Amino acid sequence: VTGSPGGDMQWCFSQVKGAIDDDVAEADIISTVEFNHTGELLATGDKGGRVVIFQQEIENKNQPQFRSEYNVYSTFQSHEPEFDYLKSLEIEEKINKIRWLPQKNAAQFLLSTNDKTIKLWKISERDKRPEGYNLKEEDGRYKDPNTITSLRVPVLKPMDLMVEASPRRVFANAHTYHINSVSVNSDNETYLSADDLRINLWHLEITDRSFNIVDIKPANMEELTEVITAAEFHPHQCNTFVYSSSKGTIRLCDMRVSALCDKHSKLFEEPEDPSNRSFFSEIISSISDVKFSHNGRYMMTRDYLSVKIWDLNMETRPVETYQVHEYLRSKLCSLYENDCIFDKFECCWNGNDSVVMTGSYNNFFRMFDRGHRRDVTLEASRENSKPMQVLKPRKVCTGGKRKKDEISVDSLDFNKKILHTAWHPQDNIIAVATTNNLYIFQDKVN
Amino acid sequence: MEVNIEARRILAVSISKLYASRTQRGGLRLHRSLLLSLVMRSARDIYHSSRESEVLSGAQSAPEEPMDTSSSPGEQTRLPEPQPEPQPVLNSTETAPGEPDNTEDGCDSEIIEDKENLSPAKQSRKRRGKASAAPDFLPSKRARLEPGEERYEVPLGSCRAGESLTTLSLNRVIPAF
Repeated sequence: VTGSPGGDMQWCFSQVKGAIDDDVAEADIISTVEFNHTGELLATGDKGGRVVIFQQEIENKNQPQFRSEYNVYSTFQSHEPEFDYLKSLEIEEKINKIRWLPQKNAAQFLLSTNDKTIKLWKISERDKRPEGYNLKEEDGRYKDPNTITSLRVPVLKPMDLMVEASPRRVFANAHTYHINSVSVNSDNETYLSADDLRINLWHLEITDRSFNIVDIKPANMEELTEVITAAEFHPHQCNTFVYSSSKGTIRLCDMRVSALCDKHSKLFEEPEDPSNRSFFSEIISSISDVKFSHNGRYMMTRDYLSVKIWDLNMETRPVETYQVHEYLRSKLCSLYENDCIFDKFECCWNGNDSVVMTGSYNNFFRMFDRGHRRDVTLEASRENSKPMQVLKPRKVCTGGKRKKDEISVDSLDFNKKILHTAWHPQDNIIAVATTNNLYIFQDKVN
Repeated sequence: MEVNIEARRILAVSISKLYASRTQRGGLRLHRSLLLSLVMRSARDIYHSSRESEVLSGAQSAPEEPMDTSSSPGEQTRLPEPQPEPQPVLNSTETAPGEPDNTEDGCDSEIIEDKENLSPAKQSRKRRGKASAAPDFLPSKRARLEPGEERYEVPLGSCRAGESLTTLSLNRVIPAF
């Protein structure tokens, strides 16, 4: 059920989660957003180390125009701040990534990670409790055994739904540098974690060891020229993964070739346009996110100014390039001074790989329809948050006369950035995270 | 000439960011440090090559220009780092005050002049280690050495020392881990 976002489809506000307060508490800053494989659950992680999971309510068949809402399902503290005594360093509790495991039984599992430690969380429901113990009263007090004259089988009685989150595995002490990615393998048994210089392969059941599969640390750190910025397993081929670098390259590795995948099978790189060279060319070519398409034939990369789609069979250049906010190219020096140039934007595919989405500044986010060659800029703001309000496309004026409803580049608020977005795997429902709010939009159904 | 001034400014901003990142929560970020060092290297190369051509042509370097104060995205967000300060080497041929920085609002702008001619009262006596401490290339406090690092001794009052200091800072960024 996916159409094109440009002409026929319109996006409507559905819900917004989070404080209305303009004064943002640092712990509430959203740092990751992820739908599970069915889209029924939506998880967010924040700088305070908390995970909040929303669940989609069962669709109201009587009112098909109102797609079901997402309500809080579970909240838990995933990571706490820690201190590395050896290096005298504080380890932030900020959740860098959440990845869901495909569901195997009644419980849900997800991996959440901060800079150093990955945890496997089990989220399970309890809606029944046993009643009628032989040795205990209902309030828990033990009965005098002499008063028991007969045996009965305890009965399960319904109770108010309780959702419990418990840490089932803790994968620690495997990363010297800061973890930027985790990715679950399609074999459902292993996963990878990547930091600036190394990628490790784990088995979900085994916490006391991991295999190092990529190591780009030079013998002499003074010779360091690039770091790993993101990594992901192929959605179907359990032997294949990719990792992106700060130099704008992507390497595809095949784990069957050798135990250590330092040597890539494919290297994806686009030669730099010499006319665009500046002090900041290296920073803006650094890839901040890499995502395989659902069908596994393409991958998408995000650098500071653009989104690129690569065909896995062509290493020389991307098959498509979309400019997210090209008007910022002339402002790079200011963006360097205010640190915005270091912002790491993520990107995502829709369910059938026909549309890609990424965030920008001023709480704008962009969608690119690959098939129809259309793009749109939308805004996540409280002003446009009436139920089912249709979002009006926004436009940034790049020079010359500013038309009505356009916003000039100099008026953009660079404090309001959308770094994290997620698209429901099957439906046209998107989750867009502003600094501390989560917006849910859906397409207008007729 | 404009490129020269731009390069200097970028260099100053980069160095202050580098020093600020040492006190950041979560420790030094390798990726960020790498990117900063790449920018600094470009800026330094351009600065030095343009200075060489200046020296060769015998021209005076341009008088200090105030920072660009036209409305820019930077004004809307606070600079999280301390004031960028010109290094001593940049001002070695001039006695004019250092560039006032107007991109920060709400912070006092520190004006550091040529260290040789500075009156004692104006010299910064701040202890290093605070986030607001000024980047100071003349080591007033000895930094803790990382394993494998060597201590570089810089003679006080040497204008040209700045060159090797810049080299020092770029090469030493990464092994700080």
